[in-house]
Amino acid sequence: MLKIKIAKRRDGFALDAQFEVPTPGVVALFGRSGCGKTTAVNIISGLLAADSAYIELNGHVLTDTTAGIAIPPEQRRIGYVFQDGRLFPHMSVLRNLEYGLERTRASQLTHGTLSARGSSAGLASRLAITVDQIVSLLGLEQLLRRQPYQLSGGERQRVSLGRALLSQPALLLLDEPLAALDAARREEVLPYLERLRDNLSIPMVYVSHQFEEVLQLATHVVLMDAGHVVAQGPLSQVSLVPQLRAIVGPDSVGAVVDGVVTSVDASCGMAVISVGSGLLNVSVPRVSVGDRVRVQLLARDIILATEEPRGLSVRNQLRGVITSVVDDEDDARLVTVDVGGCNVLSRVTRGAVEALSLQSGSSVWVLVKAVSTRGHAFRLGSG
Amino acid sequence: MHLTPAELDALRLSLSVAARSVLFSLPFAILIAWLLTRGRFAGRWLLDALVHLPLVLPPVAVGYVLLLLFGHKGPIGGWLETHVGIQLAFSTAGAALATAVMAFPLMVRSIRLALENVDPGLEAAARTLGAKPLDRFVTITLPLIVPGVIAGAVTAFAAGLGEFGAVITFASNIPGITRTIPLALYTAIQSPGGDDQALRLAVMSFALGLIGLLLAELLARRARQRVGR
Repeated sequence: MLKIKIAKRRDGFALDAQFEVPTPGVVALFGRSGCGKTTAVNIISGLLAADSAYIELNGHVLTDTTAGIAIPPEQRRIGYVFQDGRLFPHMSVLRNLEYGLERTRASQLTHGTLSARGSSAGLASRLAITVDQIVSLLGLEQLLRRQPYQLSGGERQRVSLGRALLSQPALLLLDEPLAALDAARREEVLPYLERLRDNLSIPMVYVSHQFEEVLQLATHVVLMDAGHVVAQGPLSQVSLVPQLRAIVGPDSVGAVVDGVVTSVDASCGMAVISVGSGLLNVSVPRVSVGDRVRVQLLARDIILATEEPRGLSVRNQLRGVITSVVDDEDDARLVTVDVGGCNVLSRVTRGAVEALSLQSGSSVWVLVKAVSTRGHAFRLGSG
Repeated sequence: MHLTPAELDALRLSLSVAARSVLFSLPFAILIAWLLTRGRFAGRWLLDALVHLPLVLPPVAVGYVLLLLFGHKGPIGGWLETHVGIQLAFSTAGAALATAVMAFPLMVRSIRLALENVDPGLEAAARTLGAKPLDRFVTITLPLIVPGVIAGAVTAFAAGLGEFGAVITFASNIPGITRTIPLALYTAIQSPGGDDQALRLAVMSFALGLIGLLLAELLARRARQRVGR
């Protein structure tokens, strides 16, 4: 468990955030630029002092301003991947990778491999992160002898990730690690982040203002706005909160559902996943039966019907009950439908709401075109 | 060009005085430059001003202050003589001290400039990787300022070869002990028939200065290349 409660005032800006997330897992600190995400991770890392703070990781208090506890960053065992990489320019890639590793090793020799703190935090078991493992996980084989200035932006971020991981962190902070990269480079690095999430059980705090990255990586989301936490929880829950619309834009609003693949049609990249009590045909490439898959069902693509429709090309028809109808922009309404233990959002016009008399408690059919789903394989916790 | 034994002495002395002054003052210059860039303490402006004072004072005045402090009867000089057995005034070591004080601001400026160019974010990154303060300084900061340190040291060395006022005031003009090239040049100009010798010494000064500056540039360029800038 990662427990955070921080407050900091800085000319004209106040950060006052509190959240609790399970570990391991990837928690996304999501919000617009300037909402205090980076300040928050700097405080968690110990690099920045807060006016008041309580930070606890897996039962260990790292900062407690009321008790006067403030473990210095160099002893926190918190890895930090900065937006600009911050590779040491005078060292080769290999020496960059080894920098944190050597220091962790040295401190373990002096304090004993199984210090009370280390063992109970479960750190001893993580010593297994070796240079070889990182090099193959992040595909760094060809880069080891190069100097940082000879690397592309994407390669630099991969090395930076490896360097942070090799310091055997109990927590990894990533401050918009892809923000400085162009779209192509981002696509190059994202799969590596997914591999890290799925292969190493290191809790991560991932700062981002790109919903696409959150969708692809996060297990939990802390939604921030103007220095405050407006929502937190699993992405499937946070994806339903109305405050998200102002941040991601109306066209990106949509319920995120996690499901397990029950069958696959590899020839057309389609898969059937079980969601709540129903089944959903979705377009997700490269998955196999049993995989966990995450799909976003965009609210604007979801059609509601009050009677069972027939003769439609739409592959997915789910039975559900409306739980809420709220105002969206202009003449639109955002309808939340519970389809057997899982919620989806649909954006419909005010006219449609009135004509079909849609209201809380109404029984409806939810229609989802399979090809309009944006899916990501999400293998956390399974094979 | 044929050099007389006296001229060779002056050359040897100049090199030795300049080298000693640089070696002695380099660690202090790095420390002071670091304090001036990263330090947060009251009186920083005073330290800054003190370090730069030799740039604007008449060198003779600096030599005189040194004489008052480090001379035979000075508070520091007297203590050194009785307790350590070192006499600075009128000695080669004294000439090196005077030279060091005069060249100190040059060195501090160059190192300070290099320090200001080091991204503090790199030190923060080293911190999150478990490096303690001294470790960070030695493994990150110092290697990154090497070009500035080299440039500062070589410039100070080249300037030190030619220090006149402070040396002659504090260490006097003793052949073979404190008569460096500029002092020998001055003596030659003052003596009847010393024109030839004066010219040779002047040419020597020019050559040494030029070599020093070129060397500084070359070394700094090479050091910069290592970090790809």
